[in-house]
Amino acid sequence: MEIAAQIGGSVADGLAYLGALASLGGRAAYFTFVAPFRGKPLRLQQAVSQAMQVGVRALPILSLITFFIGLILALQSAYELRKFGAITFVANAVAISMTRELGPLITAIVVIGRSGSAFAAEIGTMRVTEEIDALETMAIHPVDFLVTPKFLAMIIMLPCLTIWANSMGILGGALFGVTQAGFFFSRYIRASLDALFLRDIVTGLIKSVVFGITITAVGCHEGLSTGAGAEEVGRSTTRAVVVSIFLVILVDLVFTALFFFISER
Amino acid sequence: MNQIDDFTLQQETIISLRDLRVNYGEREILHGLNFEVRRGETLVILGGSGSGKSTLLRTLVGLERPSSGEIWLKGKNLAVISDAEMNEIRKRMGMSFQGGAVFGSMTVGENVALPLREHTKLEEPTIEIIVRLKLDQVGLAGFEDYMPSQLSGGMKKRAAVARAMAMDPEILFFDEPSAGLDPIIAAGVDELILDLKKAFHMTIVVVTHELASAFLIADRMVLIDKGNIVAMGSKEQMRSSTNPRVRQFLDRIAEPEVLQEADYLQMLTEDHRGANHPVNKKGGV
Repeated sequence: MEIAAQIGGSVADGLAYLGALASLGGRAAYFTFVAPFRGKPLRLQQAVSQAMQVGVRALPILSLITFFIGLILALQSAYELRKFGAITFVANAVAISMTRELGPLITAIVVIGRSGSAFAAEIGTMRVTEEIDALETMAIHPVDFLVTPKFLAMIIMLPCLTIWANSMGILGGALFGVTQAGFFFSRYIRASLDALFLRDIVTGLIKSVVFGITITAVGCHEGLSTGAGAEEVGRSTTRAVVVSIFLVILVDLVFTALFFFISER
Repeated sequence: MNQIDDFTLQQETIISLRDLRVNYGEREILHGLNFEVRRGETLVILGGSGSGKSTLLRTLVGLERPSSGEIWLKGKNLAVISDAEMNEIRKRMGMSFQGGAVFGSMTVGENVALPLREHTKLEEPTIEIIVRLKLDQVGLAGFEDYMPSQLSGGMKKRAAVARAMAMDPEILFFDEPSAGLDPIIAAGVDELILDLKKAFHMTIVVVTHELASAFLIADRMVLIDKGNIVAMGSKEQMRSSTNPRVRQFLDRIAEPEVLQEADYLQMLTEDHRGANHPVNKKGGV
């Protein structure tokens, strides 16, 4: 009986949390897409500087990680494929698993580590130093002022980063293809492109936009709900990372299942 | 304006509280407060740590909602108005936070300009002039391009005051203006509050536990203890008060220790701590 009550309580808490995220995401979407048409100009300058921070500065580490992931994918799939004498299909395997799955996911995880945590820490510190209260007493909505530029930067930069990550992954695969599977570089790239349908790339990009919204909502929500004291900022940052990773994987599952059943028909 | 003498100015009520109660969750912090703030006066809200004075200030600026009672400000009851209406009122008041709360990611000038850029359609050169003027009024002329991290504690607080004054508010609120400052800088902040009052006839509400500062700047005082008003009146009335809590606070007498052995034993063994137990009190921020 008690266990049932506990499970019920956790489910209710989880739903309340998702509700809070949805309301925050909805508000940010309102200030991004609706408010500009009602005479409240978009904070483009802040959005651009956020985009630099979230997107451009993530490129070196993201490139390196996804290049390695592409190489690992090639090694792992070649292990199985060579038993069937089908080692040339390495290009297909890498291209499809990068664009459909690992490109968006690895990008999201790198962005969570770099930016989701930073959002929570930045907003959490502002909560502790009463800067959020100061915004409110100046009649400035904290979501409008702080979350909207991050939201805009994320939904634009995450798909861009994902495309970049896909390309770097395919390059990583090409390193194996050229050195171990007897491909010419141009033929490897050709084979990768032939293996891909537009659908594979688009589903990955749709996922990456939803990941971007999720990461922003969790990071900013954790920041805004920070309690008093410096240790609370640390706690919010940790929670932002853990919850974001969990939710991104959950969203990934939901969308992958959805695309699977749609493409079946 | 010149037709009205100071006496009439002092009599006009600008904020009035009726049976104001505020809860944090189950716990009631303020137990039904009644008082008024008059136009042009400096009202000091005195109280010890955990007395509820910070909560009172947060409620007055709309950061906390009352659980019951009324706060009348400019003909509106803050307890029931919408967020949009509250924001309109907020544009007419300024608040200086305990730690300053100046945005670390912006220069001092951008901090002061922020409310102007958000709420007015003033041209950029005009905003720059206003920023320079406001910074000059708080003695920070020439510091527009400094980052808050480059300023000392007292200067940060002055920058916060300049930002609070950016929109020419009718009422200025101060949370612990001299907390964390050395006596000389703190005296400087008191001086600044007196200057603002003299120069702009601004209505000022200050929350503090610093007695010296309170007696220097106040026209009237309210002493709060455990969420209730203990005493209210002019400086002279407070000084000559015979109320034991007022005397204890003004004469800085420590809280008496638990005297009876039986009481002490009961305090240790009691499961459910009363709301007045020090452990359960919210620390004054």
